[in-house]
Amino acid sequence: MTALVNTEPKLESPVGAPSAVATVAPARKGRGEFLYFALRSKKFLLAMGILLVLIAIAVLGPMIDGTDPVATDLLPMQPPSTDPGYWLGTTSFGEDVFAQFANGLRATFFVGLLGGGLAALIGMAVGFTAGYRGGWTDEILNMLTNVVLVIPSLAVLIVISSYLKARGVLFEAVFIGATSWPWAARAIRAQTFSLRSRDFIDLAKLSGRKGWRIIVEEIAPNMSSYLFMTFILLFGGAILIAASLDFIGLGPTGGMSLGLMMFNAVTYGAALLLGYWWWFIPPGLGIMATVGALYVMNVGLDEIFNPKLRDI
Amino acid sequence: MSLQVSDLRVYYRSLAGDVQALDGATFSIADKEIMGLAGESGCGKSTLGNSLIRLDGRMKYVAGSVTLDGNKLPIWDQRGMNEFRFRDVSVIPQYAMSAMNPTRKIGKMTGELLESRGESYQDIKPELLRRLDLVGLQQDVLNRYPIELSGGMKQRMVMVISTLLNPSLLIADEITSALDVSTQRAVAETLVSFRDHGFVKSMMVITHDLSILYQTADSILVMYAGKLAEKAPTATIIDKPRHPYTKMLISSLPEVGIRYANKKLAGIPGSPPALLNPPAGCRFRARCPLAFDKCVEEPPFIQIAPDHSVACWKVTGSDA
Amino acid sequence: MRKYFGRKLFTYTLTFFIAATIDWLIPRFMPGDPVAGLMARQGALSPEGAAALSKYYNELFGLNRPLWEQFFGFWTALIQGDLGRSVFGHGRPVAETILSALPYTLALLIPAILLSWWAGNTFGAMAARRKWLDSAVLPVGYILTATPYMWLGLVLAFVLAFLLRIFPLSGGYGFNLEPSLTWAFFVDLVAHWMLPFLSLFLVGFGGWAIGMRNMIIYELESDYSRYLEALGAPQSLVRKYAFRNAMLPQVTGLALQLGVIVAGALVTEIVFSYPGIGLLLFNAIKSEDYFLLQGIFIFVIAGVLIANFLVDIAYIVVDPRTRVGMRGGTA
Repeated sequence: MTALVNTEPKLESPVGAPSAVATVAPARKGRGEFLYFALRSKKFLLAMGILLVLIAIAVLGPMIDGTDPVATDLLPMQPPSTDPGYWLGTTSFGEDVFAQFANGLRATFFVGLLGGGLAALIGMAVGFTAGYRGGWTDEILNMLTNVVLVIPSLAVLIVISSYLKARGVLFEAVFIGATSWPWAARAIRAQTFSLRSRDFIDLAKLSGRKGWRIIVEEIAPNMSSYLFMTFILLFGGAILIAASLDFIGLGPTGGMSLGLMMFNAVTYGAALLLGYWWWFIPPGLGIMATVGALYVMNVGLDEIFNPKLRDI
Repeated sequence: MSLQVSDLRVYYRSLAGDVQALDGATFSIADKEIMGLAGESGCGKSTLGNSLIRLDGRMKYVAGSVTLDGNKLPIWDQRGMNEFRFRDVSVIPQYAMSAMNPTRKIGKMTGELLESRGESYQDIKPELLRRLDLVGLQQDVLNRYPIELSGGMKQRMVMVISTLLNPSLLIADEITSALDVSTQRAVAETLVSFRDHGFVKSMMVITHDLSILYQTADSILVMYAGKLAEKAPTATIIDKPRHPYTKMLISSLPEVGIRYANKKLAGIPGSPPALLNPPAGCRFRARCPLAFDKCVEEPPFIQIAPDHSVACWKVTGSDA
Repeated sequence: MRKYFGRKLFTYTLTFFIAATIDWLIPRFMPGDPVAGLMARQGALSPEGAAALSKYYNELFGLNRPLWEQFFGFWTALIQGDLGRSVFGHGRPVAETILSALPYTLALLIPAILLSWWAGNTFGAMAARRKWLDSAVLPVGYILTATPYMWLGLVLAFVLAFLLRIFPLSGGYGFNLEPSLTWAFFVDLVAHWMLPFLSLFLVGFGGWAIGMRNMIIYELESDYSRYLEALGAPQSLVRKYAFRNAMLPQVTGLALQLGVIVAGALVTEIVFSYPGIGLLLFNAIKSEDYFLLQGIFIFVIAGVLIANFLVDIAYIVVDPRTRVGMRGGTA
């Protein structure tokens, strides 16, 4: 998953996608200009299209197919058909796969948004502070970042989750957010370093603005595109981590999620042994589509914001 | 004649159309001549300099010819230009500070560069060491990584590398812009010494800093908004400029010894036209105090005295 | 260089200490009583039996001793390699259980990490040079890297094992075979290894390919590349430099990815019931075997830290600037 965003001028970052170098275009782009390029970027439009379809399924799906995802009153083990309630077939226990899929998609988006958002906030807080202040603050925050970075978050999540009998979606999201911020913090710190020495910052300091106000009012807006792209990556990452956690059986108790569908399929439903592909293929496909669209959108955004990357 | 450029036009491709950055340059540089190329940002001087060695990215050759030592330079042909690069035409780029591979020792990089061009590093090494001495660099700099050198040292190193094969024409692009004043002087003097030692035949020094040109250049070519304004020997440009733009440029320079409590520093009000759809006629028309009705027609770049050419109706007469 | 290593070692030791402490802390501060949980699985017991069992468990966990003593005892045992006993494994020492599963996981991880890294970098570099390859590699790379590990495992298992019956569906080796040093057994081992390895390899490959491609493009646009081209250097030299420089962040990227790949290996093993640490973890969770769980956690953390350290050493080798006593690249 790393290698996508290059965080420093030579960046190491999650997954290779967004920019090899997200060189920060210093000027704030007008809204009009963004829209102009956005509507012309094939990658952005494609990704946006896929995401909108998925969001539509997540929002409208449960309304159209009003079945309770864990109700077991349908005919079990049926492949997909056009009969209502059987659009994606049924599980070994007679549950509606499509209802599970749509509801699971909701939970997936929720965890991604919340987990990714929290990670973004922490990453920004740590990154801005370390980058702006430098010195001892930077050293200490760096140490903290490195420690959290090295610990495989899934392992910690597993240990903690296994002791909690009742786990909510909120807990999962918060936990993911609290462990996946380090690369973002590093990236933001590097960009803050380069912005810190610019003249307009000196001007702000001279006019007596306090540190955090300078960060919020001067530095952050100049990095807004970069921050947004970082958030998108965190969003995607959170979805993947949540899927893994759910698949091990440590997801939220109660409720439905795409990872949970796969867990049930493999562990209780013997779906793999019996070939019920409609039970475990759609959830993973949904995750792949969501995360893939996010990554591609990120590349598209990079091209929009960074004029050097645009193809003429 | 060393370099002859005739009606060179190089545009930049952009989403909104072609930016006419260099729109018809005709001039020549003689052997042993150091010509300064001056003008404000965006006037096309860097485009001109770079087009003579390598068309980068968005640059598009539109028209014109370039002849060096009697050979036509195929500047539109990336492959074709390769045999001329480094040997006949060379460049000290604007980004000289970061022009060397950060993960390679300088000596190793130079050696690999030379070998790749078919030269023997071992054969050239003694000359390389002599030149390092000349510019004041220690010989063990070849064993160092670029990060270990100061800005001025890197600049000088790049100057040595670029001129190692004794090119006919050297293009120096804003090489003093990032340096402090005393280093600027050292670099300028080094540049002239290269010419005096015969390492380069002729030079084109691109800068927006007229004071450097005053110290080093034999002649100065002033550009404005993609067109040539005036070319003359340095003394003429500084003391007796004819083109209104050149005049205002010179008078906007502070003089040592004059107190500006009494005399205001005169700038040139306004700004250059956008080159996406440049205005017809003389491009300086909007800011020129001497503009009159003939100026809606583009003035030709005409010779008014030996080695002195100007593009201005007021100077060359409206019936020219 | 000593400063570089000193820093790294300090961070890793600190991390291990923190991680192990978290590991020790959690059961003691989580809501609920782990002993009660264990007791509940015992089924009906007489009150005397229940009391005796409860006392036994409490002593086993050391829960009846003061906290600082428990903490000290924990570390003493850890240093001696005693990770407790596994309930799931019927009293077998945890360390032993983990070690018997370790070879399978390593057999998956090490080839998958190394090969996907190497192949991904090579393809990414090639894609950066040839437009036609680029338009093929890029979408494939994005799709692969966005694919959750366990799902790719499921797809491969479904298509190649269930439908096409080329590879076995689960297990480390055939159920009818006994481990032995024969050729037949080896072939069977590899057949069972292939699909889990493939799914780990493919996802990793996608990420590395895209990363390398972007890095190469960035390097090709850098000032030193432009300078070389201005001086007429052939593309081969420019590419050689670009490749070498693009590798540096890929090496550090490896360190960042380790946690992710290990997690991927764990879930992939679950899909294939491959008898590595992942499957062990899964079973530990299901049977609430806390000792085993914690033991695995310590193991995984230690493993990841060691691997990180190895990558740091590799970085020193790869980036010549670090040897001259400077902080090279991204430290």
